[in-house]
Amino acid sequence: MSRVLMCPPDHYALRYEINAWMHLDNQPDLSLAAVQWQTLFSHVQKLAQVELLSPAPECPDMVFTANAGLLVSERAVLLSRFRHPERQPEEPHFRRWFEEHGFTVYLMPPDCAFEGEGDILYAGERYLAGYRRRTEICAHRIASEYLGHEVLSLELVSDRWYHLDTALFVLDGRTVVYYPGAFDTYANRVIDEHFDALHVVEEEALRFACNSVVIGNTVLMPEGCPLITNLLERRGYEVVSIPMSEFIKSGGACKCLVMFLER
Amino acid sequence: MHSEIITLDGHIIDSLTLSKVLDILVAEGVDYEIRRFEIGKTHDQISHAEILVRAPDAESLQRALHEVQQHGAVISQEDATLQPAPRDGVFPEGFYSTTNLETFVRIEGNWIPVERIEMDCGIRVVRTDSGWRAECVPLHWARAGELFVVGTAGVRVTPMPRREADSVFHFMGSEVSIEKPKTRIVQAVARAIRETRSRGQKVLFVGGPAIVHTGAAPYMERIIRAGWVDVLFAGNALATHDIERALYGTSLGVALDTGIPETHGHEHHLRAINTIRNTGGIRQAVERGVLRSGIMHACVVAGVNLVLAGSIRDDGPLPDVITDVLKAQDAMREAVRDVGLALMVATTLHSIATGNLLPASVTTFCVDANADTVIKLTDRGSHQAFGIVTDCGFFLKELAERLCGEE
Repeated sequence: MSRVLMCPPDHYALRYEINAWMHLDNQPDLSLAAVQWQTLFSHVQKLAQVELLSPAPECPDMVFTANAGLLVSERAVLLSRFRHPERQPEEPHFRRWFEEHGFTVYLMPPDCAFEGEGDILYAGERYLAGYRRRTEICAHRIASEYLGHEVLSLELVSDRWYHLDTALFVLDGRTVVYYPGAFDTYANRVIDEHFDALHVVEEEALRFACNSVVIGNTVLMPEGCPLITNLLERRGYEVVSIPMSEFIKSGGACKCLVMFLER
Repeated sequence: MHSEIITLDGHIIDSLTLSKVLDILVAEGVDYEIRRFEIGKTHDQISHAEILVRAPDAESLQRALHEVQQHGAVISQEDATLQPAPRDGVFPEGFYSTTNLETFVRIEGNWIPVERIEMDCGIRVVRTDSGWRAECVPLHWARAGELFVVGTAGVRVTPMPRREADSVFHFMGSEVSIEKPKTRIVQAVARAIRETRSRGQKVLFVGGPAIVHTGAAPYMERIIRAGWVDVLFAGNALATHDIERALYGTSLGVALDTGIPETHGHEHHLRAINTIRNTGGIRQAVERGVLRSGIMHACVVAGVNLVLAGSIRDDGPLPDVITDVLKAQDAMREAVRDVGLALMVATTLHSIATGNLLPASVTTFCVDANADTVIKLTDRGSHQAFGIVTDCGFFLKELAERLCGEE
């Protein structure tokens, strides 16, 4: 059974603007956010063992645990080193939790930004990694040393698709679902050469279709994405639509709220 | 040219990062050369590329570097590795072997130009009161304990600049030219000689005995007497047959005016050598009025720096011939300083020996009836050489006319 890390939205808030989605004058409805998180949590719980992390009041984005770090081996994580100072206070909280739960914690060198599972995704025999917006490409090589696997670097070309997991998810080791417009032409070629790809249309990408959690045969996807849902159902997947509007205001959705600790 | 070495590590092939970086360099209008490339053999092994980036000016270099750094390129920050020579005449194991291109070594973070660059040497590094100095030295100059550059880290070579489109040589390219308009080529060589002299640089002439055998010596003489040649490199043969011609009117016993071999003509060259040996040398023979014409005579009269280097098959030789090859190399090494143009005519051995000593920045022409000679020269690293495949008699006659006027 998979095991994941989540963080309740007790202190979730929109207090700064560090991506194209965040606008201080477009505040999330926090009680609705709590309901949406709870919905996601209850679905995840049916599919995986969920570990909960206590949120820190000074870290409004800690709810997005995908950015805590990256699982590099059975009980070791490579801790994130956030690009923006706004999120850097989250690092010691994540670190403490990992250490208290028996994980070896590896650190990136100080000058190399890395935002965990937000930018490096497991794809069977290899990993896919985004760069240029948050994570820097230097982190890919370092991560590949810890992972002992190939890491394919993909350039993200827009501030709207600032993490790899906002624009791509891995269905299985051979298939990925992604929004081509988020990547440069080289990255598009790399994806098409290494995987069977399903393309998400812009309209559904903007509803965070690519920010989905895949556990076994189930895909937990933000609501309002009928085209890609239909494609996945044709392939035999069960797609669960989850309202995520209040997290999308901060530039996150299902996948951003979950980090894998065991696959 | 401004250049920098960048490295790229990671899964740069499958990620197309290498292609992307190279494409960016091209788009930025800078040139590159992949100096080292190690491909990861399995999926979990990363690849490593070392790329020399060069740009016409510092600004475009910086712009290109800034751009490729976003994709993981790292500017090489390595100093050169230095090791002491283990004994006299021996470089440390793994020493950096030089090319004839402008070279810099990085020591304590500074790029230091290598003085007197020539190919197939080592780089000796010395700390002086005014900082570090680096110089190119041949094997036999090394002294135990002196510091030499080892490996390729911290060494930067400036490639030859592209030939400008409006250059007189452009149409020649760097290829050996067999089917090119010869008169036009000679005109270009004459212009290059004039330009070299007007820059205050010296003109080196390297000649073989065929100049005399083919009857081209008088043209060569004209060029020397007019003051176009500063340095002449040759062997015993050119000097001997030139003197034979001056004393007997023959070359290898063949009368130059009739083309008919003379009775006992084969003895002439040895008798000529004997005569010169008896006077003590070429200069003495000229001063005593024994030698009164020819290329050697012109050299003495025009004050040309003459270096004659010996070889195993020499008869005599003439007293002026340096028979110790290392001493001959050193004498040539000394004489090529400030040379801006080298003209090599009808000689294989001396062309290659001279090519070995010349920096690539020296404009080099190699004239020979045989394309192989020219190809040999470029094969041995003198890539800057322009090959001109033609009869040296025609070439020198035309050149003398271009430089000295019609006779």
